[in-house]
Amino acid sequence: NPYAGLVSRLRAAWLSGKTRPVEYRVAQLEALGRFLDEKKQDILEATAMDMGKPPFEAEFSEILLCKNELNETLNNLSRWRKDEHVDKNLVTQLDSVFIRKDPYGVVLIIAPWNYPIHLVLMPLIGAIAAGNCVIVKPSEVTKNSQRLVAEVLPSYLDNDCFAVVTAGMLETTRLLENKFDYIFFTGTPSVGKIVMTAAAKHLTPVTLELGGKNPCYVSDTCDVQNVARRVAWGRFFNAGQTCVAPDYVLCSVEMQEKLLPALREAIADFYGSDPQESPDFGRIVGDKQFQRLQALLRGGHVAIGGQTDEAKRYIAPTVLVDSQPSDPVMQEEIFGPILPIVNVANMDEAVDFINRRERPLVVYAFSSDDKVVNQVLERTSSGGFCGNDTLMHVTLTSMPFGGIGNSGLGTYHGKFTFDTFTHRRSCVRRSMGRETLNALRYPPYSQQKLGIVRAASEVKRKGACTLL
Amino acid sequence: MEKEMQQVVGRARAAFNSGRCRSLEFRMQQLKALERMVREKEKEILAAIKADLHKSGPNAYSHEILGLLGELALVMDQLPSWAAPQPVKRNLLTMRDEAYICPEPLGVVLIIGAWNYPFVLVMQPLIGAIAAGNAVVVKPSEISENTARLVADLLPQYLDRELYPVVTGGVPETTALLTQRFDHILYTGNSTVGKIVMAAAAKHLTPVTLELGGKSPCYIDKDCDLAIACRRITWGKYMNCGQTCIAPDYILCDASIQSKVVENIRATLQVSVEFLVLRDLCPRYSPALSFCALWQEFYGQDVKSSPDYERVVNKRHFKRILGLLEGQKIAHGGEADEASCYIAPTILTDVSPESKVMEEEIFGPILPIVTVKSVEEAIEFINRREKPLALYVFSNNKKLIKRVISETSSGGVTGNDVIMHFFLSTLPFGGVGNSGMGAYHGKHSFETFSHRRACLIKDLKMEGTNKLRYPPGSQKKVDW
Repeated sequence: NPYAGLVSRLRAAWLSGKTRPVEYRVAQLEALGRFLDEKKQDILEATAMDMGKPPFEAEFSEILLCKNELNETLNNLSRWRKDEHVDKNLVTQLDSVFIRKDPYGVVLIIAPWNYPIHLVLMPLIGAIAAGNCVIVKPSEVTKNSQRLVAEVLPSYLDNDCFAVVTAGMLETTRLLENKFDYIFFTGTPSVGKIVMTAAAKHLTPVTLELGGKNPCYVSDTCDVQNVARRVAWGRFFNAGQTCVAPDYVLCSVEMQEKLLPALREAIADFYGSDPQESPDFGRIVGDKQFQRLQALLRGGHVAIGGQTDEAKRYIAPTVLVDSQPSDPVMQEEIFGPILPIVNVANMDEAVDFINRRERPLVVYAFSSDDKVVNQVLERTSSGGFCGNDTLMHVTLTSMPFGGIGNSGLGTYHGKFTFDTFTHRRSCVRRSMGRETLNALRYPPYSQQKLGIVRAASEVKRKGACTLL
Repeated sequence: MEKEMQQVVGRARAAFNSGRCRSLEFRMQQLKALERMVREKEKEILAAIKADLHKSGPNAYSHEILGLLGELALVMDQLPSWAAPQPVKRNLLTMRDEAYICPEPLGVVLIIGAWNYPFVLVMQPLIGAIAAGNAVVVKPSEISENTARLVADLLPQYLDRELYPVVTGGVPETTALLTQRFDHILYTGNSTVGKIVMAAAAKHLTPVTLELGGKSPCYIDKDCDLAIACRRITWGKYMNCGQTCIAPDYILCDASIQSKVVENIRATLQVSVEFLVLRDLCPRYSPALSFCALWQEFYGQDVKSSPDYERVVNKRHFKRILGLLEGQKIAHGGEADEASCYIAPTILTDVSPESKVMEEEIFGPILPIVTVKSVEEAIEFINRREKPLALYVFSNNKKLIKRVISETSSGGVTGNDVIMHFFLSTLPFGGVGNSGMGAYHGKHSFETFSHRRACLIKDLKMEGTNKLRYPPGSQKKVDW
């Protein structure tokens, strides 16, 4: 077990109690803030080299969103970690009853390649805030970002309690043989199952941020231009390599006719007449991903875009029409700048289509009619929901972010990250006195005693109180 | 067998998909029916529990029915507010939008019960799962066969048959059931099977709540009222013949108080303790005084004939528990009768940490005492082992109690008493590490069985503000 030494070193650090004091956690978090500030250029460069990430996108997603999470955490940490006092019953009226926010211990964070800094830092912030020791495993696919995380980040953090491991598939399997107190994984459902199976051997709780095909229903009554811009933005951001990107559109044939020119216009507005020349459009992360996407293209009917450049791993912002459920592009999460449109007659058909498939990370619905948006919301199930826009629900950290079913389990962002990495421990502190009150619970049991207990704990519908 | 399970679960899923368990009215109706069932069939329920565990009526009522009625009342009262969408704080970009968290059902939930509190351990999770709008497959433990049979008979009489089927059977049936896809599994039992359940769940990415066990330590400080501490510990240890997941499993204390601890527990078990009662007398509690007269000793001189002392659930566990006595110093008890699965309340002293009785969760009426020289040693002892479901510490010194709590980890804690953190539905009940994951009771059940869906509804107009985020990007936009 090549990682046993590392894990036991961190466990020893954990048991020493070093990460418990709030001052320590704050110091580590502030150091993370300095990393984001001082290494901003390095982050922009690394992500540009790894996947041609436009500086605007990188600054927004990899730096700004992380800084917001950091500040929100620092502003609220003392409140979040306080003992939570709860309502008491008759018997415990004079006792101290509360929920403690205990760290779990040594936690593992496995990050993917699409937002290589963001998806390391966002969970890391909450894990540190909650008082844990952390091992981080950044993605080996984005080599420059991995190097930044493995070589530069540790110089900002206490290496007794925080470590970065660089590992490919095989080494990660070995890493997962160790016992962790929590595992946070972002990636695909198939690897999610492997992680959870490994976690089961140690009864390690997990949060799995997975993915799926996020449907985007566009009703016939809507402002087509605005819809096209919002959908195009969500789809082509990061060259489509976003877990919450609208994966495919569901709309009527009539709407499709209106949507196509609007999408064409939006793409031209965003990226100019030749998106390959635009500094604002990303690239596919690797050759393997590029081949996969190219194969999906070949099985579809291109209406917009479709150009590719293998040497540059460039795929143009593309829209496919007449997509059938059996097309390759409708069999897997696309994770690229390809937007298939599937025709449905009406909202009912769209809802049925969505419900026949695995539950996605997010469902999108566009309509100027509130009722339509609410109907889609009520009749489907997904991690999250966004009406009349794409991606934005992820930026509101007062809401939990996560999947359901195949798209994941658990949530995070903001306080939800802190909660994810916290064990809520129920505590009752009684006094040695008032022993006579306890008499009712002790044997010998009798109808008489029971009668008293029942009468005293008469269960009422309003303001019910239980004696025991 | 897998085919049968497929059918049962398939029917439940079709029933869930029909949408009928979504409405609050439907859920309330089912909960009310459950309440009726518990009240109307009280006799049958108590009889089944008595047949399974030799538990007296009043005892079974207070352990398995009273709490349920309270939970039902609480849930029915609060459900409308729990199920309502919660608006959340918005930021500058979403100021004019609707943003809220919508609690939604997960789908088809599986509840696997345990045999030690056979009725409440299926019913309490069931209440939460129904309240959250799910379909529920209930699998009571086959070891408590009378209660399992009763649950299988009763639920279809009161609840929607397709939405809430009961599956009975043992290991083969449970294994077949676990191959099916569920949207949440709540399992109560031991860690070994917990791992099997989680591995099966992993195949479908099914979230799990595992209510497991472990050895719940009980530290008794030298500075403490031993008579009261021991009475409370005796109550929690020997209730249900020690077969309680949060029973104090073993005692840690200084060698100098070991024999006093034994004396006090023995006194609570058998000898009249009227003098202790008189000491506690407080004029304000005059109604309670009349009970002190009733309250002399827990089980009397002949424990075996006390109607209030339960039995070990079956021969297998009887043999297992008796085996733990091998080579141990028995300070009290030790008597056993295989025919009736009776094991007397037993105390062991000077127990070695390496002995068998200190390896596994005892789950029986044997209380080992391990001596430690200090609270530091006790904390170290506890931390060297798997995280327990409960942790108990008795002391007059508040600081010491706080210290033990903050330097250890456990599912829950009760200071200066045992078991009590279980009874408050405002406290989440569950384990950590080897003792489990997730929690339930009260509102926590509702949350366990719900999906909190983040919803953001924007206006299709107001496109102006969006322009900032669209390409072409520029430094100006970013700096803003």
